[in-house]
Amino acid sequence: MNSFSLRRAAGLLLVGSLSLTAVACSEAADTGAAGGKVTISVNGQPPQTQPFDRKVFDQDVAEFEAANPDVDIEPHEGFMDPKTFSAKLAGGQLEDVFYAYFTDPANLIARKQAADITEHVKDMPHYDAIRPELRDVFSKDGKVYGVPTANYSMGLLYNRALFTQAGLNPDQPPKTWDEVREAAKKITALGGNKVGFAEYSKNNQGGWHFTAWMYSVGGQIARQDGDKWVADFNNDKGRKALQHLKDMRWTDNTMGEKQLLVIEDVQQMMGAGQLGMYLAAPDNVPTLVNQFKGDYANYGLTGIPDGEGTLIGGEGYMLNPKATPEKIKAGLKWIQWKYLNPDRFEKNLQRYKDEGQPIGLPVPPVADIWTGELAAKQAELKEKLATVPVANFKSYVDATPKGKIEPPNAQQVYAILDNVMQAVLTDRDADPAKLLADAEAKVNPVLAQVK
Amino acid sequence: MRRRVEENLVAYGFLSAALVCFAVFSWYPIARGAVLGFQQVDFVSDPTWVGWENFERLFADPLFATAWRNTLLFTALALVFGFVVPFLLAVVLNELKHFKAYFRLVVYLPVMLPPVVAALIWKWMYDPGPGLLNSALRGLGLDGAAWLDSADTSMLSLVIVATWANLGTATLIYLAALQSIPGDLYEAAELDGASVLRRLWHVTVPQTRFVLLVLLLLQIVATMQVFTEPYVMTGGGPEDSTVTVLLLLYRYAFYYNDFGTASALSLLLLLVLGAFTALYLRVTRKADA
Repeated sequence: MNSFSLRRAAGLLLVGSLSLTAVACSEAADTGAAGGKVTISVNGQPPQTQPFDRKVFDQDVAEFEAANPDVDIEPHEGFMDPKTFSAKLAGGQLEDVFYAYFTDPANLIARKQAADITEHVKDMPHYDAIRPELRDVFSKDGKVYGVPTANYSMGLLYNRALFTQAGLNPDQPPKTWDEVREAAKKITALGGNKVGFAEYSKNNQGGWHFTAWMYSVGGQIARQDGDKWVADFNNDKGRKALQHLKDMRWTDNTMGEKQLLVIEDVQQMMGAGQLGMYLAAPDNVPTLVNQFKGDYANYGLTGIPDGEGTLIGGEGYMLNPKATPEKIKAGLKWIQWKYLNPDRFEKNLQRYKDEGQPIGLPVPPVADIWTGELAAKQAELKEKLATVPVANFKSYVDATPKGKIEPPNAQQVYAILDNVMQAVLTDRDADPAKLLADAEAKVNPVLAQVK
Repeated sequence: MRRRVEENLVAYGFLSAALVCFAVFSWYPIARGAVLGFQQVDFVSDPTWVGWENFERLFADPLFATAWRNTLLFTALALVFGFVVPFLLAVVLNELKHFKAYFRLVVYLPVMLPPVVAALIWKWMYDPGPGLLNSALRGLGLDGAAWLDSADTSMLSLVIVATWANLGTATLIYLAALQSIPGDLYEAAELDGASVLRRLWHVTVPQTRFVLLVLLLLQIVATMQVFTEPYVMTGGGPEDSTVTVLLLLYRYAFYYNDFGTASALSLLLLLVLGAFTALYLRVTRKADA
C-alpha cells in the first residue's frame, strides 16, 4: 500500500494494541499490590521547555498527593492532540484524565469516547458556580461528560506603539469594523512593510476566524431547524463581513501581500512590530512576550469590533471511558483541586507574582469561568496583585459581548469556510455572495451528520 | 522439493527476521487498512461493518473529485518538469570537462535537505511581499507574482519546489545511465556527421530508454502521493487548488478522526497506483522481449 498515512495509522493501531495487552497485564498485577490506593494518569503536564509552568504543575501534584494519600498521580506531558487521540484511545494509552479543547467534546461524546460522569459531579464543590454555557460544552441530553477549566473570548489585539506612531490614540482602540478599517489605513501608511490588519486563512483557522466575524456582527454559522442543524451564514451579515474584509485587502491594501496565514505567522508579525491589529484571545499576549520577545507595555486588547457577540472557546478535562468508577472519582477530585479551587485563587496568583509572571491579564492561572461571588472574588484578587499594565486590557474586560460557542462539527465546517476566507484574501475578483452560497451547499451535508 | 527447502534452510533463517518485520509492520497494517475501509471505528466499542458506506461518503464529498483533479494536475506538471529538466541537466553534466564532481555535488545538495525544511524555505522565498523571488523580479523591473497565494499559480509553485527537491537524485541516475553508454557509439555517429541533437536523439535516448521508463513510472507513483509540499505550504488552499488525494486522506483520518473513510480513500489510491504499476510491468516486459 502506498499511503503512508494509513500505514502510520495502522502502525499506531498495532503498536497500540500490543501496548494494550502489556498495560492490561500490568494493571492486573497492580490491583493486588496497591492496597486500596488508586493510581490515575493525567495529562496537561507542561513540557520541560516551560520550566516555570512545569515546576508549578509538579508542585501541585506533590501537594495533592500529600493531602490525598489514597490517590497516586501519574502525570503525562502534553495536551489534547486530535491527530493522535484515536490511536491513544485504541492502544489503551489515553490518560484517565485527559485534556479537551471546546471544539472536541461534542464529537467525543457522540462517539462515546468520554465517560459519563453525571452522578459524580453532583458531589463536586462549586460545579454549579461555573458559567452554564461553559458547562454545556461538556454536556449532552442532561448528562455530563467533562468539566470546563478555562475559557477565552475573542477580542481585538493591537500594537500600542504602532498606534502612537500612526497618530492613533492607543487608549481609545477601534470599537467597530469601520474604525478598524480606518486605523489599518493609518498604520499601513507608516510604510516599511507595516501591515494594518492581518487575518488567518489556512489549516481551518480561516473558518474559525470567519466564525468570529459572523458572531461579532450578530450573525452565526449554524442554527437549529427542528432537530436538524443548517448553515446560517449565507445572508446579509455574512456578505457584509466578507465585503468588509475584501475592501480592506484589495481597496485599502492594508492587509499585506502575503496570505494563507496561520496564527504563528501573525504572532510573528505582531512580535516583530510589523502588524497593527488582529483578532485574538488574551492568551496571545504572553505568547508574544515569551516567544517573540515582545513587551507587555506595547500591546493592548479591546473587545471584538461591533461587539454584537464573540466567539468563546477554551479547555476542560474529560475522563477515559474505560476508567473504573474509583479512577473517575479520584480524577474528578484532582480536577477540582487543581483547576476549580477558589480556596487556592490567592495562593496561585501570589506564586505567579513571586516568580515574576504576569498577573492582571484576562488569562489563567485563575481562569474566567465563574459566576457570582466567586467571579467577583477572583477579579478583586487579580487587581490587587497585578503586575502588568492592567489598563491596556481594560477595554477588553469591560466589553461584554454575548459569548457564543463554536458550531457543531466545527473542524469540518471550518475546513470549508477556509476557502471563503482564502478566496476573498487572494482573489481580487472574488464574489462574496457566490462564495457563501457555495460554502452553504457544502456545509449543510456536514451539519446534517450532527446527531 | 523437500530437499530444496532443506538446502535453503539457512537462507530462510536469515530471511525470517526480515519477514517477521515485514509481516508485522507492513503486511498486517495493509490488510488491516483494507478491512478498515469497510468499517466504522470509535476505538471504544467493536468496529461495525458498514459495507460501501465509507466509499459512498467519499463520492458525495465535493472535494473528492477536486483532490483527484489536483493530484493528476500535479503529476502531469511534475512529469513535465521533473522528467525533462533532470535529463537535460544530466546531459549537460556529462559533457562537462572540468569541475564535474563539484557540479554533481551542487545538483545533489537539495536532496540532503529535509523536505519540510525545503518547503519552509520556499514558502519564505514565495512571500509575495518581501520574499526573495518577488524582490528579484522587482529588481529586474518586473511585477511580482502571487505564487502560493493565487489559485492560478499555487500548483505550479508547488511543482517547482518538488522538482527542485528531487532534481539531484534523478539527475544522478540519468548521469549513471549516460556514462554506461559505450563511447564508440558516439564516435561512430560523429564520423557519420551527426549533430549534437541527432546524437542525443539517436544514441542517448535509445540507450537510456529503460532507465527513462523506470524513472517515469517511479515518478508517477511518487508524485501521485504528494503530501509534504501542500501540507506545509498551502494547507490545500487557496480555494482548494492544492488539495491532493493524500491531503484529503490525512484530513479524514486526523482532522475528522474518520479512519474508515480515510482507509477507503487509500484503497482507491492503491487501485490507481496498482494500475500504473501493471502498465509499467507490461511495458518493460515488452521492452525486454
